[in-house]
Amino acid sequence: MIPELGQFALALALLTAVAQGVVPILGAARGNVVWMRSAQTTSVLQAVLLIFAFGALMRSYMISDFTVLNVVQNSHSLKPMIYKIAGTWGNHEGSLLLWVLILALFGAGVALFGANIPLALRARTLSVQAWISIGFLSFMIFTSNPFERIFPAPPDGRDLNPLLQDIGLAIHPPLLYVGYVGFSIVFSFAVAALIEGRVDPAWARWVRPWTLAAWVSLTGGIALGSWWAYYELGWGGWWFWDPVENVSFMPWLLGTALLHSAIVTEKRDTFKSWTILLAILTFSLSLLGTFIVRSGLLTSVHAFAVDPERGLYILGLLGISIGGSLALYAWRAPALEGGGLFAPVSREAGLLINNLLLATATATVLFGTLYPLFLEAVTGEKISVGPPFFNASFIPITLPLIIAMAVGPFLSWKRADLPGVLSRLKWVFALVVLASLVIWYVQTGGPVLAVLSMGIALWLLLATVQEWGRRIKPFAPGAMRRLRTQPRSSHGMTVAHIGLAILMMGAIGSSAWKQEAVVFAEPGTEVRLAGFHLTFEGVERVRGPNYLAQVGTLTVREDNDGQIGEFVTTLQPERRVYPIAGSSTTESAIRQTLAGDLYVSMTEPAAAGASGKWTVRVLYEPLVNFLWIGSVMLVIGGLLSLSDRRLRVGAPKRARVPLAATPAE
Amino acid sequence: MKRLVFFLPLAIAAIIGGFAIWGLSGDRDPSRIPSVLISQPVPAFDLPPVAGIDTPGLSQADLKGAGEIVLVNAFASWCGPCRAEHPILTRMAEGQGIKVVGLNYKDKPADAAAWLDELGNPYVRIGSDETGRAGIEWGLSGVPETFIVGADGTILYREAGPVVGDGLKRLQRALDAAKSAE
Repeated sequence: MIPELGQFALALALLTAVAQGVVPILGAARGNVVWMRSAQTTSVLQAVLLIFAFGALMRSYMISDFTVLNVVQNSHSLKPMIYKIAGTWGNHEGSLLLWVLILALFGAGVALFGANIPLALRARTLSVQAWISIGFLSFMIFTSNPFERIFPAPPDGRDLNPLLQDIGLAIHPPLLYVGYVGFSIVFSFAVAALIEGRVDPAWARWVRPWTLAAWVSLTGGIALGSWWAYYELGWGGWWFWDPVENVSFMPWLLGTALLHSAIVTEKRDTFKSWTILLAILTFSLSLLGTFIVRSGLLTSVHAFAVDPERGLYILGLLGISIGGSLALYAWRAPALEGGGLFAPVSREAGLLINNLLLATATATVLFGTLYPLFLEAVTGEKISVGPPFFNASFIPITLPLIIAMAVGPFLSWKRADLPGVLSRLKWVFALVVLASLVIWYVQTGGPVLAVLSMGIALWLLLATVQEWGRRIKPFAPGAMRRLRTQPRSSHGMTVAHIGLAILMMGAIGSSAWKQEAVVFAEPGTEVRLAGFHLTFEGVERVRGPNYLAQVGTLTVREDNDGQIGEFVTTLQPERRVYPIAGSSTTESAIRQTLAGDLYVSMTEPAAAGASGKWTVRVLYEPLVNFLWIGSVMLVIGGLLSLSDRRLRVGAPKRARVPLAATPAE
Repeated sequence: MKRLVFFLPLAIAAIIGGFAIWGLSGDRDPSRIPSVLISQPVPAFDLPPVAGIDTPGLSQADLKGAGEIVLVNAFASWCGPCRAEHPILTRMAEGQGIKVVGLNYKDKPADAAAWLDELGNPYVRIGSDETGRAGIEWGLSGVPETFIVGADGTILYREAGPVVGDGLKRLQRALDAAKSAE
């Protein structure tokens, strides 16, 4: 009964969305306040209905209701409860339901917390949001019903892909979706502004918290996914430039550009049509991601069950939403320009460079991701574009970005004094050169680009700290007061920029100076790597709740130039077999330190003739934890900025905000 | 003119959309890699044996005048999936009496010798392609890849990826078809 109610709620939500998509926007056109206000009711109602539908599906998973096809295909009664719950969104239909739920929640959020937004803009925004809802709800109801029953009910389910039975991956999709879908509301704001034909600083300010919230979630989601790949897949890598990773990365890059260009629109009333375009494109790329993951257009390790028919439906949705919004943009945006002038050296110019480089980086990733498709369509040749392309094209774009990023916060609005700023940074520069030389000396044989990049990361770190010190003056009296009175968004910027520098160090360290050994181990086999001496002790069989595991044991001791030293730790990598799902996973064992991770994973005895031998991979990944620390700092920076008083306490007047005495962002 | 610039994003999106429509149409399977060499004669190549083992080298002539169906398997000691398919190739060579020859792709002879020493050597001939030049002639997209070469030296089939699971089924089917055609 409950699944049927869930399905009914979906249908009602669709009807509500239709009402929300039509009435408020007509009201805004005619100046009918009651019609405009109806958006608040309908968007909250839509969210409540979808919460109910999602809850109904989740309940089916929790009680293992095997009369529901979706549960049969993706769950099993012996699975731990948390993975039963996570199973709700670990499949195409359920994740789509989560998608529309988040879409509706963002709409309801604007309805409930957007009291400072003018009624007409709010009504139009919520109507646009409802159009997206209509598209995806109808897609779900007509092609991917999550509540479909099965008769006769099988005795047990087919289990969720065991690779996905992991805590990191249980929360990765929801976070990623909040990020992806969160940009929908920014998109709706942009389309509404185009319909109104008006973009001003107040608009940019209303959009900012939603952009930030989406960006923070997306950052967290990508970082979690990367972390999961690192310790679960057993390859020791954390980013593979896989198409599905790329499609989550592109909205992140462009969303980052949007965050920065919206600042210019807010403070200086310029970059208007650019900000609108970024808002549209960021969500368009999120949609593209949804499309690529679900259509089987490109090959990827991630994709959901592939179905070209579903692909065509989503493509149709994409055509309408992306094509429609960009057509509207082409029609209305030329009227938007104007606003503050600025000198070639200024905060605005700095943010312009930021935006150009980020947009170029996004275009590069987009091109690399779709190139196999282009080539196959034109010549019939099949290729895959891998890390060499992305490393060769993406890194040269990001390095100048990072260099400029260190300088940007020093620049003042309108006109800045670049020689003055650079002379203030001379000590930072000297320190960076010195440190780079030390790194180069210590890491003989490492790639030169790695040393250079490390220097640039350090440059960003130190310059950001200096910029913070310039504002706070931590050693002068009254530092605490300055710390408190500075806007939180400027602290947010500092934390996020330092986070990026740290993340970069992790990325460089773990890719350029990684050490690796692969051995065919039997009890007693010894491995020496990166100052460690490992002994393979043997393998034990262990039974888990819904899997069988073979647990290897490696004793790790110090290795002082051939002399075996003190005992360090014991590492126990696992190889798990999930008999019901018929697949196996690798559980790596990691000794984590700030300096670097010692990472061990093992796979099956290599061949029938080599019984008792295991393939053991030992990796040493320097600084890899800086990646996660940096990611957490990015998230914290975003949250700090989100908690800024300016965003919570509204600016109800749609007037020009005073430009004087605006602190550095 | 300036207004046209604002149409640029729409135009780019439309182009990408056009490719996407093409990509979804028909029975296109993006994970399948076709070979242009099917029903072509074996390409010209001449490879020395792997240093350190007795198995002789491999050249075009060995395949052209073989007079029987030959499996050409591109492998490397650094390749994980090769390890997975190795017992199956061994079984085919020993159990079914199929002639299997190897193309040792971009591998150090010492590593290859150690690898074969560990896992056994099902190959009648092995060409050592250290530079990967012969791999280009064969149009390898990676290792492992397995080709079926007919008695007259024509390439009949290619399986990209390890011959395990579905890959093995496909290869076996193609092999049966090749045998019955003779």
